[in-house]
Amino acid sequence: MKIIIIGCSAGGLQALSQVLERLSVGLSVPVVVIQHRANEHVNLLEEVLQHRCGIKVKQADEKEKIRPGIVYVAPPGYHLLFENDHTFSLSSDGPVKHSMPSIDVSLESAAMVFGKALVAIILTGASDDGATGIRTVRKYGGLTIAQDPAEAQFPHMPQSAIDTGCVRFILPLAGISNLLAARRFTSAHEEK
Amino acid sequence: MAVSLENRSMAEFEQKEFRELLESIRHVYGYDFTNYAEASVKRRVLHFMQAQHVESLDGLAKILVRDERMFELFIQELSVTVTEMFRDPLFFKCLRSKVIKRLATYPVIRIWVAGCATGEEVYSLAIILKEENLLERVIIYATDINQKSLEIARQGIYPLASMKTYTTNYIKAGGKRSFSEYYQAKYGSVLIDKTLRQNIVFAPHNLTTDNSFNEFQMITCRNVLIYFNQQLQDQVISLFYDSLCTFGFLGLGNKESLLFSEKKDFFEEVDRREKVFMKIP
Repeated sequence: MKIIIIGCSAGGLQALSQVLERLSVGLSVPVVVIQHRANEHVNLLEEVLQHRCGIKVKQADEKEKIRPGIVYVAPPGYHLLFENDHTFSLSSDGPVKHSMPSIDVSLESAAMVFGKALVAIILTGASDDGATGIRTVRKYGGLTIAQDPAEAQFPHMPQSAIDTGCVRFILPLAGISNLLAARRFTSAHEEK
Repeated sequence: MAVSLENRSMAEFEQKEFRELLESIRHVYGYDFTNYAEASVKRRVLHFMQAQHVESLDGLAKILVRDERMFELFIQELSVTVTEMFRDPLFFKCLRSKVIKRLATYPVIRIWVAGCATGEEVYSLAIILKEENLLERVIIYATDINQKSLEIARQGIYPLASMKTYTTNYIKAGGKRSFSEYYQAKYGSVLIDKTLRQNIVFAPHNLTTDNSFNEFQMITCRNVLIYFNQQLQDQVISLFYDSLCTFGFLGLGNKESLLFSEKKDFFEEVDRREKVFMKIP
């Protein structure tokens, strides 16, 4: 199973909206969003994204089977991890680089489970979370993409990922959006 | 192409060694991590290997089997979790509004905080019980598998820097006083008020292998089940069921649920969102 993970921080909501808006029911892969967020009690992020996205958006649940065609959002206050049976698990091990959820933690976990079937995308953000994860994704053969820092609202995060030398493509949001909407991620062209 | 193939077989090889490592730990030391959710354990094992400069899983297994001191360190690393005072404030608010009145009907109230980590939530509970004038009638058994965490819990000393967050949490949880009444600050740390600790018993307990040790009116076990696989979750929920009196309360973490548990029909939801349940006859 292919899987797309998008990591973002400051400026993430706007960037995510643009990236996800063209996703349609034909999407044959799951998309998992790791967005740094405050531990609020309403699922505002999910609601806003759902409003702007044509397919189902939901918060990832513990032990939930990961299914294609759904956008999952990491819950606040936990790290989101991936199990070999393609379910989610959560951890409360404490913040990594001041973040929980941490993009690094999720990417490292996903890299070990999905290997070259993983597409990891780093968008806008003011921290360097994700850079370590991108290295691991690359090591396990996954595809690594960063938003072009020149257009990112907060360029530090994609730039940190790029500085590892492990990012394969640097794209503007429009390009990332095109990529996700492309034939290779829709059911018309599903790969085993 | 060759690179990714190599990576794949490496991952598979690691998987086999990883399972063997957990098996030998269980066999030699009796600590059973085989039914833990793998992703977290793997992460912690890798972390430990990096910190101790151990190159391979095989090498780690050899070291752990012969070096007990290293094994102690390993267990600490593998079982450490963090929390905060009044984590998820609305959970504590819910205890105040929906659970306390029922607890007050018992002459003696026994509470088990299972997997208490470094104790922040135990003291939070004690504060609520104190404010509701129940603390004198309560015995809280706070247990954890991690001895080092228990020691921190027992001391009740926390960083002063955390108090800002904890104070906000306390207010959101319906706190009735000034939060600073509950601690003394000194040299960048705070010491939790001794009177809160009077009725708390801190003790080691391993949820995977140890049995029940009393009957309780309430059990809280928050953000522990997320580390277990479904089978172990079921086993532990059964343990809680057996350890609760009828109409006793069970409080879980915000992202945990009884939904997939085989004991689901033996509990009633007291608060769906805050994951508070009651054992029914």
